[in-house]
Amino acid sequence: MNMSIPINHTQAETEILSRFDAIKSGLVGSEAVSTLREEALEEIKTKGLPHKRVEEYKYSDLRAYMKSAAAIAGEADPDAVASVLNDAGNFGALERYRVVVANGRFVPEVSDVDGLAAEGVDLGDFNDLLACENGVDLLGSPKSAGSDATIALNTAFVQGGVVITVREGVDVSKPIELVHVATEQGAQVARNRIAVSKGAKLKVLETFAGDAGNGEINVVFDYDVADEALLSVTRLIVGQSAGARLFTSLARIGEKAEFKTLGFMAGPAFARNQQFVAFEGEHSEAKLFGVTMARDTALADHTLIVDHAVPNCNSREFFKTVLDDRAKGVYQGRINVAQHAQKSDGEMMTQALLLGEDAEMANKPELEIFADDVLCAHGATSGQIDEDLLFYLRARGIPEAEARTLLVLAFLSEAIEEFGEEDVTEELETRVRNWLAA
Amino acid sequence: MLEIKNLHARIAEDGTEILRGIDLKVNAGEIHAIMGPNGSGKSTLSYILAGKEDYEVTEGEIIFHGENLLDMEADERAVAGVFLAFQYPIEIPGVATMEFLKTALNAQRKAKGKAELSIPDFMKLVKEKAGDLNVTMDMLKRPLNVGFSGGEKKRAEILQMSLLEPSLCVLDETDSGLDIDALRIVSEGVNKLRSPERAMVVITHYQRLLDHIIPDVVHVLSKGKIVKTGGKELALELEKNGYADFIEAA
Repeated sequence: MNMSIPINHTQAETEILSRFDAIKSGLVGSEAVSTLREEALEEIKTKGLPHKRVEEYKYSDLRAYMKSAAAIAGEADPDAVASVLNDAGNFGALERYRVVVANGRFVPEVSDVDGLAAEGVDLGDFNDLLACENGVDLLGSPKSAGSDATIALNTAFVQGGVVITVREGVDVSKPIELVHVATEQGAQVARNRIAVSKGAKLKVLETFAGDAGNGEINVVFDYDVADEALLSVTRLIVGQSAGARLFTSLARIGEKAEFKTLGFMAGPAFARNQQFVAFEGEHSEAKLFGVTMARDTALADHTLIVDHAVPNCNSREFFKTVLDDRAKGVYQGRINVAQHAQKSDGEMMTQALLLGEDAEMANKPELEIFADDVLCAHGATSGQIDEDLLFYLRARGIPEAEARTLLVLAFLSEAIEEFGEEDVTEELETRVRNWLAA
Repeated sequence: MLEIKNLHARIAEDGTEILRGIDLKVNAGEIHAIMGPNGSGKSTLSYILAGKEDYEVTEGEIIFHGENLLDMEADERAVAGVFLAFQYPIEIPGVATMEFLKTALNAQRKAKGKAELSIPDFMKLVKEKAGDLNVTMDMLKRPLNVGFSGGEKKRAEILQMSLLEPSLCVLDETDSGLDIDALRIVSEGVNKLRSPERAMVVITHYQRLLDHIIPDVVHVLSKGKIVKTGGKELALELEKNGYADFIEAA
């Protein structure tokens, strides 16, 4: 072990440590899992929560933001879950299955999965698998994530989640909404594994409902996209509660496979969406999109690492951010191309529209290329609403506020349209309009 | 309908004086052509009429339908009946042309206290007007002016004009960038909008547009002032002799 100077724990860190001691005997998992949890907590104990001097968290100082650590939310009452879900109304009438995780634990009673098994999709409780002999494998994380603190916190405290497996060749007829619900204030820590087997296709809508208060929401999504498979993920990071929102995607992509995702952020005071994507088979594609809105003093962070570990894969990242007031946006995008990963094609673009004079965008695109026959490009822009565009719209009789809405929507829609999931386009654009009208 | 009195204006940013005392009176039903060399202030005049904020009026006034136009915001002027057909129509990525037309039309209807048009009624109206101007459904689905040719952009401008039915049409170098066929289509579109209740101010460099859109009055603008006013034959004279005589006179 490295020598390190003991740190002075913040209140939140002290609370995290004592809460772990209080609940650890009741945590699910084999002995190997318990050991892993202990090790993860030790990471936090030694290094503390990540802060601005940790490069990956340079712009998102979680240590400064978390004044205290809320207790883990208790098991949810299914009736309470149902009532929160009714109020949320995400994705309206869209035909879909619904899998519910409440306060970090799978709630089959309120999930709507009739016909899912018959289609060839297996759904299980994360905890059931975690308790199995090989359960510890469910808690793995990629090398590129290092000893990431968000993942470590998740590993230490994870309460449950779901495991969804789409069998070989199955094209799931409608999207699965995977909704995380908070029925009470308190920390929500869950982990889900979604595996799409060879040649199978799945669309997932990840949504959140309820108010966790000051409790942080920490969810890890582990995706396995097998050869020739397709996985599309639309993630909504919305709602007003003050607790930090920490989301992690870990994606492994097989051969001739496609993984695409759009992270939609609007509302939370502190949100981080981190994604670690690794190509494990050739001729595959990953498309990552982001649509972000933040105002007041909110922080909205998209951090991604795409690993071109094998040749002949394409990755595309397209992120759009609108910031008002004193909000801060973060885009950290790294593309790694291994030495033998020839013919890799990586492209990232991040564009920000600053509506407020004190809004701030930190764009940090990074390329680490060790192969010599690759196409990699990155671009970053930050700007204000173009006055000429505004004048043109107003000269046609469109009032200023409406003209601004139209332009902001147009700016963000580029990413929504390129993502190309028509099922969700209207829902997302309505959410943009509502955010602008608020 | 429109009366411009002793209008002086400068560029807000650097104070460069552009208009140095314009007087112009346009009655309903009339078409006025404003001609002049580059830099004489033609486009500035059109922007000031439409309400662009880059200019500062230092003296004079503009009365439109009895109201002080300079007191109104750009969108209020549009609702009051001013329409500027841009020399360089702006490209707006992400806003479909159809969506834009509907938003503009309904914004104006709302401001006038009228009910918004239903989607079928709107579609019917657009298809009817678009057909006359050779504007295809494909163009209407594309983002506004993005990737449009010069001719397509100008046709889209005239389509907006015919949908919004302004009482004062200001055409800023609408002929620029047009080939002969496009010029004919655009001119026919404009001529269709001629009416006893509507006035037009046609700004152009060249006389050729005025072969298609016949003006009632022609003004020569030079160094920010109208230096000569005459009938349509004045345009022909300019075409023959150039602006030199007037520039020196100014």
